[in-house]
Amino acid sequence: MAAVQDGQMELDAEKETKPEILSDGTSNLSGNTASGTLSSSPLTAAPAGGAPKMEDQQTLIAVLQFLKRNKLTDSVEILRREAGLGEDQEDSQATDGSGGGKGDVDGGDANSLLSRVSITSAAAPQSVIIFHSIIFFYSYRFGKVGGADDQPDVSVVLSAYSQQGDPSLYQVYYSGLKNFIESVLDCHRAELSQLFYPLFVHMYLELVYNNHENEAKAFFEKFSGDQECYYQDDLRVLCGLTKKEHLKGNEVLLDFRTSRFVLRISRDSYQLLKRHLQERHNNQIWNIIQEHLYIDIFDGMPRSKSQIDSMSGSLAGEGKREVNKAKVFHGLLKEPEIEVPLDDEDDEAENEEGKPKKKKTKKDSLGSKSKKQDPNAPQQNRIPLPELKDSDKLDKIMYMKESTKRIRLGPENLPSICFYTFLNAYQGLTAVDFTDDSSLLAGGFADSTVRVWSVTPKKLRKVKSAADLNMIDKESDDVLERIMDEKTASESKILYGHSGPVYGVSFSPDRNYLLSSSEDGTVRLWSLLTFTCLVGYKGHNYPVWDTQFSPFGYYFVSGGHDRVARLWATDHYQPLRIFAGHLADVTCTRFHPNSNYVATGSTDRTIRLWDVLNGNCVRIFTGHKGPIHSLAFSPNGKFLASGSTDGRVLLWDIGHGLMIGELKGHTDTIYSLKFSRDGEILASGSMDNTVRLWNSMKAFDEVETDDFTATTGHIHLPDNSQELLLGTYHSKSTPVTHLHFTRRNLLLAAGAYNSQ
Amino acid sequence: MAEERRQKLCSVILPTESMKAMAESVGVGSLQEDSCLALSEEVSYRIKEIAQDALKFMHHGKRRKLTTGDIDHALKLKNVEPLYGFQSQEFIPFRFASGGGRELHFYEEKEVDLSDIINTPLPRVPLDVSLKAHWLSIDGVQPAIPENPPPVPKEQQKTDSTEPLKAVKPGQEEEGSIQTKGQGASSAEVKGSSAKMVPLKMRMKPRSTHELSVEQQLYYKEITEACVGSCEAKRAVCVCNKCYLFLFQVRVNVVQNNLALLIYLMRMVKALMDNPTLYLEKYLHELIPAVVTCIVSKQLCLRPDVDNHWALRDFAARLMAQSCKTFSTTTNNIQSRITKTFTKALLDDKTQWTTRYGCIAGLAELGHDVIKTLIIPRLSVEGARIKAVMDGPVVSNIDKIGADHVQSLLLKHCASVVAKTRPLPDMVDQYKVDYGYLGTMLCSHVVKARAQAAFQAQTVNRTTLTITQPRPTLSVSQSGLSTSSGSRAPSIIKVPSSLTLMSTRPGTPTQPSPPATKYIVMATSAGAASTQQVRSVLHIHRVHMIVHSKVISVPRILIATPGLISPNIKVFKYTFILQ
Repeated sequence: MAAVQDGQMELDAEKETKPEILSDGTSNLSGNTASGTLSSSPLTAAPAGGAPKMEDQQTLIAVLQFLKRNKLTDSVEILRREAGLGEDQEDSQATDGSGGGKGDVDGGDANSLLSRVSITSAAAPQSVIIFHSIIFFYSYRFGKVGGADDQPDVSVVLSAYSQQGDPSLYQVYYSGLKNFIESVLDCHRAELSQLFYPLFVHMYLELVYNNHENEAKAFFEKFSGDQECYYQDDLRVLCGLTKKEHLKGNEVLLDFRTSRFVLRISRDSYQLLKRHLQERHNNQIWNIIQEHLYIDIFDGMPRSKSQIDSMSGSLAGEGKREVNKAKVFHGLLKEPEIEVPLDDEDDEAENEEGKPKKKKTKKDSLGSKSKKQDPNAPQQNRIPLPELKDSDKLDKIMYMKESTKRIRLGPENLPSICFYTFLNAYQGLTAVDFTDDSSLLAGGFADSTVRVWSVTPKKLRKVKSAADLNMIDKESDDVLERIMDEKTASESKILYGHSGPVYGVSFSPDRNYLLSSSEDGTVRLWSLLTFTCLVGYKGHNYPVWDTQFSPFGYYFVSGGHDRVARLWATDHYQPLRIFAGHLADVTCTRFHPNSNYVATGSTDRTIRLWDVLNGNCVRIFTGHKGPIHSLAFSPNGKFLASGSTDGRVLLWDIGHGLMIGELKGHTDTIYSLKFSRDGEILASGSMDNTVRLWNSMKAFDEVETDDFTATTGHIHLPDNSQELLLGTYHSKSTPVTHLHFTRRNLLLAAGAYNSQ
Repeated sequence: MAEERRQKLCSVILPTESMKAMAESVGVGSLQEDSCLALSEEVSYRIKEIAQDALKFMHHGKRRKLTTGDIDHALKLKNVEPLYGFQSQEFIPFRFASGGGRELHFYEEKEVDLSDIINTPLPRVPLDVSLKAHWLSIDGVQPAIPENPPPVPKEQQKTDSTEPLKAVKPGQEEEGSIQTKGQGASSAEVKGSSAKMVPLKMRMKPRSTHELSVEQQLYYKEITEACVGSCEAKRAVCVCNKCYLFLFQVRVNVVQNNLALLIYLMRMVKALMDNPTLYLEKYLHELIPAVVTCIVSKQLCLRPDVDNHWALRDFAARLMAQSCKTFSTTTNNIQSRITKTFTKALLDDKTQWTTRYGCIAGLAELGHDVIKTLIIPRLSVEGARIKAVMDGPVVSNIDKIGADHVQSLLLKHCASVVAKTRPLPDMVDQYKVDYGYLGTMLCSHVVKARAQAAFQAQTVNRTTLTITQPRPTLSVSQSGLSTSSGSRAPSIIKVPSSLTLMSTRPGTPTQPSPPATKYIVMATSAGAASTQQVRSVLHIHRVHMIVHSKVISVPRILIATPGLISPNIKVFKYTFILQ
């Protein structure tokens, strides 16, 4: 639950830093109120400012209760202090204060609340939005406090900075500590060296904050060279920052101020450090450690340098150990039973092809496999999923048919790669997606267009106009064929609508919709029947870097420069969940195969896994040394692969929350990752114009996840990238933007030819 | 390391003069020094901030180059009105000026005449985005089709050939992508890896005997057929598919006296040399003897009296000169070794006329200095020999033809050198004294050459040199092949219409278009350039053109048998000899 706290706290911070978002959020809310659909809810009325005092208070209490129920004790504290409510007051009110809209919300627990998010229920939108407005309201309150008067805020956060020591002694302090750490036993040195970077940054900021510009510069000059090379990007930001005025509004700094840098240190090392600092009466450093760092002390052997290096590198240190303890249901959902009539049809089709019975047995085996419940699988209805339509079932059957023809891949049997090169893209290709059945290809371009190609001989056709549709015989069997307008058949279609580069595209699983996210801050939903825009989802006010449909459709997730990822449903124009916690841009978002979790990668060099049900952050993975640009779940849902600008692919065990592999080889940003359909091969595509294939099976098998590593989180990474690398395929000056395995395990790659 | 880093991180601040200049440009006359300093710090900080944001856009745009568009987007993030009116060009031509100890970069804004813009025809509409698919890999092996890059980069071939035994620790981190693969392969090799690794291994391994699969044998057959066959297009494809050619064919064919095949083979060598992606150094020991054979062999064809084997010798000599220029280093010393070989043969009295011709041609192609030091002193001796043949009564027809060719060759090459080195006036008698029998004819050639040069001097001045010649042997001026009556320097450069047609590539530049300057086709002003020359140029040209258009028959050869497309055809040469 600590994670939850974290998430919420940072949401506050988020809103403080970006008052613009807030004001927009509230205006959205008041817009809702005005539109009338939700005007009965006092919750939404309150932030609009026109509500009477009593109601306002009730609302507050409602929120407090909600927070309490979710064990957000810190937030409860803060909110209560802000509102000037006594604890008893709240309690007394709570008993009778369950009327109206908020009463509904409060009455049920989180689960019952969510259970109302069913697709068919007419009430669903309301409850979701109400739930949502709590978050909005909550953040609004804090945002207003923080945003209206920035000065006290800064002084609160930087209060430690103001109790300044002698600026000229900072260098002495730091080098004193440095000497100490360098003189301790080897086993402790690596661990204590972790202190250097956060201390360096905070000391520097203290100097800057207290207007000791020259001392700050000298301090930076002297010690910046000692820092680990993977912090260089942050150091570059830091060195530009020499004035107190700059501290305001600098994102990196806000991250440092608002989040405590997390260090994992063994008890022995910590004692050693503590003793040293106390002996020397080095209060300056001790204060910083207490105020700004979070030292996660563990019992046992100190970690080695390589162990530490593999986990460090993120903007705010490693994830706390307990963060990754929450249970994650990483198993797959049960395959839905396909109904009998469809089965018969399927068999008939098989019979026509002259392969009787064979299919039937296959199906049985598949069925029996899916009947065995995976202990790690979530409840089938943990997240309400859309019901299967007839067309979906047909597609499932197609999928099964294809999967029987699937090639078994392995180190002995590498996939063939078909490369789709975009010509004349003039440097403009920014995103690509294939449909699951590999029939359509979508490209997002820097000129704000989205283009859809058919890569099969079947051309793209629009639906006929309304007038023409009226003329069709609706009873005929081939009505779906008849509604299409042959005159519009073409190999590709262009979708116009965005007003900025399109950074993410994603097809819906049923191939009827396409999502695109853009620099203009919107996510758009397009119909692939009419080739028009259906909805523009507004919420991110800054560029939206990525978006992806859930594997079951209906839901989708988006992440952007505003540092939050949002979960949406296609029929709601407001997000259902806001996943806040990243300290920098959310660069990529991926759904878990069971749709219960969402993974996000960020510029803060961490990967977070979020629970869709309650919006909690259930995993924080640190170890990348650069912004993360690609993520991929293994088909069995157990593992996650991530690629970043540092050219490394890291493999993660979701269940244990551990890093289990590191794949080195790429020399530039990895923009795409994909597991083969059976998970034996991981393909990675990079800016260095190569596609590489890795033996993921071997990588996963070799991991020994005994209880000890699981509990301590200490990992020993075998350095076996070279053995795991199965192949490197160079393209001719074409960066690999997207990879996709067809249902038969043929690898499709796509990228724009770069003529320079 | 730390030093480097510190240097990178040192904070750069805009000079206060810039602030003053900018203040003046907006009408603020006198700005205090303190304000300037404060401003410059602030501005520098803001600019850095924006640059950092712009980088994000670059990364998400999946580019390596920051564009003005990225900066516009970054400004938009900061709620700053982006700059309007600037087109996002690939390249912004900042100009640099300095003076009075001050350095200045500025963006030159030219005045544009509106009518010019209106009157210029509209530029061609850029081609629309299109999609093209190709096989990057078939069952784990990358097919050698034009859409894929050459299998092994040149540097890699170099390291492979120069340091075949370089010890590599497995898992050792190194930058080069192939390099790491190579390590992987070699380390796997040590452990006796699976059979699937073989193609990769073969690429990296130092030479040894390899068994050829049936497909590979087939492929080899296809390639040789294509190379010596009649289909020019096919040959081009094969040559450019980097088949490492096997030059004992030359030996075989010399024995068989098959002139036509030899000519084809020499052309193939030329194509190989012109291929910038090949690292031929490894094969020089195979190439050079073969080429030398074609220059100096006593007999190259069945009927030496009729067939024009002289052209082959000329061509091979030029090839030799080219390889000397490209590959000669202090360690291998090709040029001096070759020169020694030729001179030795030339000095030998018993040398046949054919061989003699080859030696002289070979030497002459090596440049003026060689002619001056090695051939001109021999002129009188050779002259006497020629005279003996010409005037002597009992000679075979073959000898006579040989002597005739040697004579014209000598005259052709020596005339230009003499014209440059010998002071005026050109007295026939003096020439006779100096050069013996050949003196008279040499004199008239020299006079002609001088006149030509003078004429050239007038015209050449005007046509500014728009040509770059990466391969000296391609140019007519240095080839020495222009007929004695023809002009010597390239005066007019024009692309024959037929060639222009070929060079219009189809609108899908999957491959980088060949730099236009690289394969300039030239014709001499006299129009009498040797056809041989033009043809060879044309050939090269076509080689490249064809690869870039997609009219090739690769798929037939390659796709049909995917297994054989491994890029390591070079291995054939050790086990296979063409009939």
